[in-house]
Amino acid sequence: MEETKINAWEGFKDGEWQNEINVSSFIDRNFTEYTGDDSFLSEISEKTNKVWSKCEELLDEEVKKGGCLDVETNILSGINAFAPGYIDKDNEVIVGLQTDAPLKRIVNMYGGVKVALKALESHGYKLNDEVYKHFITYRKTHNDGVFDAYTPIIRRARSNGLLTGLPDGYGRGRIIGDYRRIALYGIDRLIEEKQKDLSGDFLDEFDIDESVRLREEINEQIRALGEIKKMAAGYGFDISRPAENAKEAIQWAYFGYLAGAKENNGAATSMGRDATFFDIYIERDLKNGTLTEEEAQELVDQFVIKLRLIRHLRTPDYDELFAGDPTWVTESIAGMINESRSLVTKSSFRFLHTLINLKPSAEPNLTVLWSKGLPENFKKFAAKISILTDSIQYEGDDTMRPLYGHDYAIACCVSSMKQGKQMQFFGARCNLAKSLLYAINGGVDEKSGKLVLDGVEHNDEEVLSYGRVRAEYSRILEKIAKVYVDANNIIHYMHDKYAYEASQMALHDTNVERLMAFGVAGFSSAVDSLSAIRYAKVKPIRNEQGIAVDFEVEGEFPKYGNDDNRVDDIAKELIQEFYDYLASHKLYRNAKATLSILTITSNVMYGQKTGATPDGRKSGEAFAPGANPMHGRDCSGALASLNSVAKIPFANCCQDGISNTFSIVPSALGNNEEEQVNNLVTILDGYFVQGAQHINVNVFDRALLIDAMNNPWKYPNLTIRVSGYAVNFNKLDRAHQEEVIARTFHEKR
Amino acid sequence: MIGKITDIETMGLVDGPGMRLVVFLAGCKLRCIYCHNPETWVAGDNVREMTAEDILKLYQKYSSYYGQKGGVTFSGGEPFVQGEFLLETVKLLKENGVHVAIDTAGVADNYEEVLRLVDLVILDIKAVDVGEYQKITGYSINSFNKFLSDCKRLNKKLWLRQVIVPNINDDKNHILALKEFAKTIPNVERIELLPYHSMAKEKYEKLNLNYPLADTPDMEKERCKELENLLKD
Repeated sequence: MEETKINAWEGFKDGEWQNEINVSSFIDRNFTEYTGDDSFLSEISEKTNKVWSKCEELLDEEVKKGGCLDVETNILSGINAFAPGYIDKDNEVIVGLQTDAPLKRIVNMYGGVKVALKALESHGYKLNDEVYKHFITYRKTHNDGVFDAYTPIIRRARSNGLLTGLPDGYGRGRIIGDYRRIALYGIDRLIEEKQKDLSGDFLDEFDIDESVRLREEINEQIRALGEIKKMAAGYGFDISRPAENAKEAIQWAYFGYLAGAKENNGAATSMGRDATFFDIYIERDLKNGTLTEEEAQELVDQFVIKLRLIRHLRTPDYDELFAGDPTWVTESIAGMINESRSLVTKSSFRFLHTLINLKPSAEPNLTVLWSKGLPENFKKFAAKISILTDSIQYEGDDTMRPLYGHDYAIACCVSSMKQGKQMQFFGARCNLAKSLLYAINGGVDEKSGKLVLDGVEHNDEEVLSYGRVRAEYSRILEKIAKVYVDANNIIHYMHDKYAYEASQMALHDTNVERLMAFGVAGFSSAVDSLSAIRYAKVKPIRNEQGIAVDFEVEGEFPKYGNDDNRVDDIAKELIQEFYDYLASHKLYRNAKATLSILTITSNVMYGQKTGATPDGRKSGEAFAPGANPMHGRDCSGALASLNSVAKIPFANCCQDGISNTFSIVPSALGNNEEEQVNNLVTILDGYFVQGAQHINVNVFDRALLIDAMNNPWKYPNLTIRVSGYAVNFNKLDRAHQEEVIARTFHEKR
Repeated sequence: MIGKITDIETMGLVDGPGMRLVVFLAGCKLRCIYCHNPETWVAGDNVREMTAEDILKLYQKYSSYYGQKGGVTFSGGEPFVQGEFLLETVKLLKENGVHVAIDTAGVADNYEEVLRLVDLVILDIKAVDVGEYQKITGYSINSFNKFLSDCKRLNKKLWLRQVIVPNINDDKNHILALKEFAKTIPNVERIELLPYHSMAKEKYEKLNLNYPLADTPDMEKERCKELENLLKD
């Protein structure tokens, strides 16, 4: 066995990585930074073209069938539960599907039976009777466990939309295995290391729960590693040994990811940070003359095709919350190793280039870790691809690296974690705007009229006074934090018990650090409401029950998104306060509390469930997404809006991410392609240098404009250039918007 | 000294090099038939009052974006209408090492000092022909000619711009004439053709003004690009 390893590692520089499981050390010692331009890149290969054409047909068919092509109804989820599947076997250079056929979805019952059945039913499928009967007779689920333990107040908070999207009926997701470990070490070495972790006679009598659970889990992990090996063997590969070339490295890592996507149905099942790791193998093969550039791109393209085909079975409720069937197969690219040297390699380019070779796509969620220090050529290339495809998001490496080191990856949209060393307990969201209404309405829900929180003083002021509302809000937030923590402690206790992600956790250190990721929605509405109460005159309009169902606002007040500290300080104070309440509690398995301001598309749903707020937002109106200012209120220009968001503290507060969506049209971005690219680089440099964490860049096309017309809140900064000057799209009336859209359409020839 | 400002664009990416703070100053005596900003002709109710220091502060607030390449551009209206304020502000910005551009039609008095100070002049060429100039702007070309000759004398770096309007100047001959005209000016860094659009119609209605080009269609962008290609050698 030593022999094989020496072969597999030939040409690699020695390091700690040989003595311990340490992919980061392997990368540090062996990667080749690339500072050149994109001229080396290859076009799509013939084989890839054939495979992708087949996929495009299937994807079309999937859409035509209403969003779900097929479901496996005779077998339940499992690492090695399905026969090998292929798209076009002869032309696939990277293989492996979730089930025996592309886009055929898995039924996962471990999260909860009801949700799984509802999802099946909504797509017109029925589970095999025998399977169903046996499952419900012999197996308890995560969902059952959670509801056995939920307290009355959690149930009330949940049903009234104060806490929403909790992962109590399906997989929690957001766990990234370090899939690279399989490539570098082979499964057998990983099993050996896990066995070493088990060999001690450790059992802490003062923490019996934890130490018994851990011993059980390590054995679960070892069995999962064995299952991954068997699953790969089904495709004809022996992954017990380390990968010996680039093709094997990508294939081995992909088998690891695939195992997780067969075993679990987490909302976000992200890939990690692989491009630079793979590049080490690609460089070695290129040097040996065993691989050409075209073949290297082919490997990356085909790997990405596989990631584009990942599917999970969802319910209509879920689809409404997260529109567009997302899987968040996030792949993190670039970033720095230290202040002066980047982790950009030729493969960082190759991954972004898939958006050209395979056309734009939402998945995998390609995420560039941006730093002022990235090579200029790479910055320009990323900006160019952004402008062409609107498919890249950017996150501040200089903001995250000091806290997570240089080998972290992003799960879902904005959640950073050290790969293989940290995992996350995903905790969904708490509605901050609704919480504020509870502070005014004595803990009674403004929509249902039901009492949700006890012991809250009912505000009967004719004009709301900031001092009183703010003090009551603090008391409420403290109470809610406790309910929210309890809910998540229960959820993750039960998830570990009934739906443990053995394959993904097997690719983590045994002594993994745990983060419990809380979140908020309705942030900017809560902030602007506080500002209105403080700086203007807010009169509640109460119904016969005494509940404030609307508000009359007299006078001006500063609004979040205008780089105005009077209100931006309210924003900072509010989010820090809520985080501190959360962090003051003991969390399951000693997790560290983190917090995100991220809603994805759920801001619409949260808004629907929330009554009118003192900022002038009407009952049911959508919230702004993530940490964005409410649309139309950031009227001091795009930079002021960016600056307000950049002020939200990341470290020891919103360490799970601060999401910002930014849209600009090409002609406002610059007079020609070269200037557009340079200007986008300037925007990103300027934004992230202020300690910002995330930005979604939209450089619009026509379809985007139509969407903007119907959902203006999604495009708060959409600027269009109309010869000679630029105008905010939202400032145009509908007739003009339609005219611009019609004209753009007409001109596209 | 107080300036009357109709609008501020913090992320200006097309009016001069790099990312710029674009300050739109109120006031203009020209009445170009295709003007898309009639609200800037006279300082109305909706102007913001700002001092030179306010503008410098605003620039500094966003300087991490503007960086080495960007700066401040004064546009309008016609920025020279508020000549004294403009001079004071440009002086202050130059003392602080800021790159300054001015977007003008070149119809102005007392501009010499500002002209000396600015790094770039974005000059709107309404028309090359004397009669046509008069027809478009309602003014004689003499003032513009004097301004241009001063730009030449001071060897100012120039970006030339022309709005292209269907049936007025959207033909090959007009573009070639513009090209010949540009050849007589040293230090022209670029020439841009801006396609005419009718989106200002509603503004005219609101201001109870007659819209002069009511029957003129929008200029097709693709056609405008084709014309721009004629400018290249």
